[in-house]
Amino acid sequence: MTKEPSIVQIKGIREGLMVSFADADWETLTTTLIGQIDERPTFFQSARMALDVGGNVLRVAELAPLRDILSERGISLWAILSSSSVTEQTAQNLGLATRISKPKPVEDIKAADAITEGKALWIQHTLRSGTRIEFPGNVVIFGDVNPGAEVVAGGSVLVWGRLRGVVHAGVGGDKDSVVGALEFSPTQLRIAGEIAVSPKKAPKGKLEIAKLIDGNLIAEPWKSG
Amino acid sequence: MTAKVATVTSGKGGVGKTTAVANIAVGLASQGQRVVCIDGDIGLRNLDVILGLENRIVYDLVDIVEGRCRLRQAMIRDKRLPELYLIPAAQTRDKSSVSPSDMVRLCDELRQECDWILIDSPAGIERGFRNSIAAADMVLVMTNPEVSAVRDADRVIGLLDAEEKGPAHLIINRLRPSMVKRGDMLSVEDVLDLLAVHLIGIVPEDENVIVASNRGTPLAFDNKSKAGQAFHNIARRLMGEDLPFVDVENQGFFQRLFAGRK
Repeated sequence: MTKEPSIVQIKGIREGLMVSFADADWETLTTTLIGQIDERPTFFQSARMALDVGGNVLRVAELAPLRDILSERGISLWAILSSSSVTEQTAQNLGLATRISKPKPVEDIKAADAITEGKALWIQHTLRSGTRIEFPGNVVIFGDVNPGAEVVAGGSVLVWGRLRGVVHAGVGGDKDSVVGALEFSPTQLRIAGEIAVSPKKAPKGKLEIAKLIDGNLIAEPWKSG
Repeated sequence: MTAKVATVTSGKGGVGKTTAVANIAVGLASQGQRVVCIDGDIGLRNLDVILGLENRIVYDLVDIVEGRCRLRQAMIRDKRLPELYLIPAAQTRDKSSVSPSDMVRLCDELRQECDWILIDSPAGIERGFRNSIAAADMVLVMTNPEVSAVRDADRVIGLLDAEEKGPAHLIINRLRPSMVKRGDMLSVEDVLDLLAVHLIGIVPEDENVIVASNRGTPLAFDNKSKAGQAFHNIARRLMGEDLPFVDVENQGFFQRLFAGRK
């Protein structure tokens, strides 16, 4: 073994293997990793791997092939950790986790503080079945939320489109969160701790807003002012 | 020749992927195109049966990938059309015997040899699906006009977007105009309303599909059948023709009579 620290560090964690990439060219990093795996194939066989790529900006063209190469060797890549938001977005698109530990239990987050300011998450496409969006603040979706998609937000959720999936607003206990949509027929709706199932067909083209009134989840036509 | 690779997939099983691949292939080949079909459903192969080529299999996809034969040796030529070939799947292996990069290599080699490579994807969104879309230039997503199939199609379209294989093209299969009229089946509009993708074909329900599958003679060989015609239309649209959609939902007896007179 050379004394020089490797650009690819591998260690065991509770969730499986944790691989950290140093600052280097992506091509070199991946070939080094694959090389190390091929040296000890039995050690890596059927491992679950989390990969810390540091600040590397990665798109589907880089991440998907690596995932496939690893899967050919019996390794399942389940998480990508990165300081780049582009890389995180790519990983999420490919259905990979972007953090190791489960998000903190709801009670630990500063409960019940209304989220009225700060950055909102802006999503400019339709959320299809199987997509899950989690965000601690407010979320605005410019597109539809299809059945089978989930939006989980610490604050309010506004859908500039048709809402037909599941929305959980005010996950941290913020009872002032609201959920609004241009066409309002969610499969299921939750605000803070309350759950509601919407009545069958929503009237087309009616803007509606749901909020908690005295602990009851109420959806009503939206009126300005 | 540089072939276009088109994969037919659906998420849900039993919506008619294999039938579609066989018939679109026949449609393209009867337009004089050189077509190679690949059965991606390793372990549960069917395309060979539907094309009626089961008894001619010597080598398969896994044999090519593992180097037991040359590409050419595994290509079974359909004698009914001059330029239709099948690369069958292995029946005694599973999906993990082929990898996405194997499929890319295989298709790259094939591209020089033909005009179209049609890949029949297995149901599901796991390894077999990934193998089947890895080399695709375009993906045809198939659904039936029922809620569960549409839900799965929506999921698959989302995955294709994430893998940057989009935008998907949609085929709606097994539409029953009489049921739509009664309000007992989702209409084409209902499906498009949710999926919001480009429509490339509407195939009406047709009993003859089952007969044709059992015989190993794809329906598209028979020019009279409506479903066969729909598959021919898909083939022509793939080749860039701008064909209007036959309004299957509102086509009553009299309208058909009139359409015939025009």
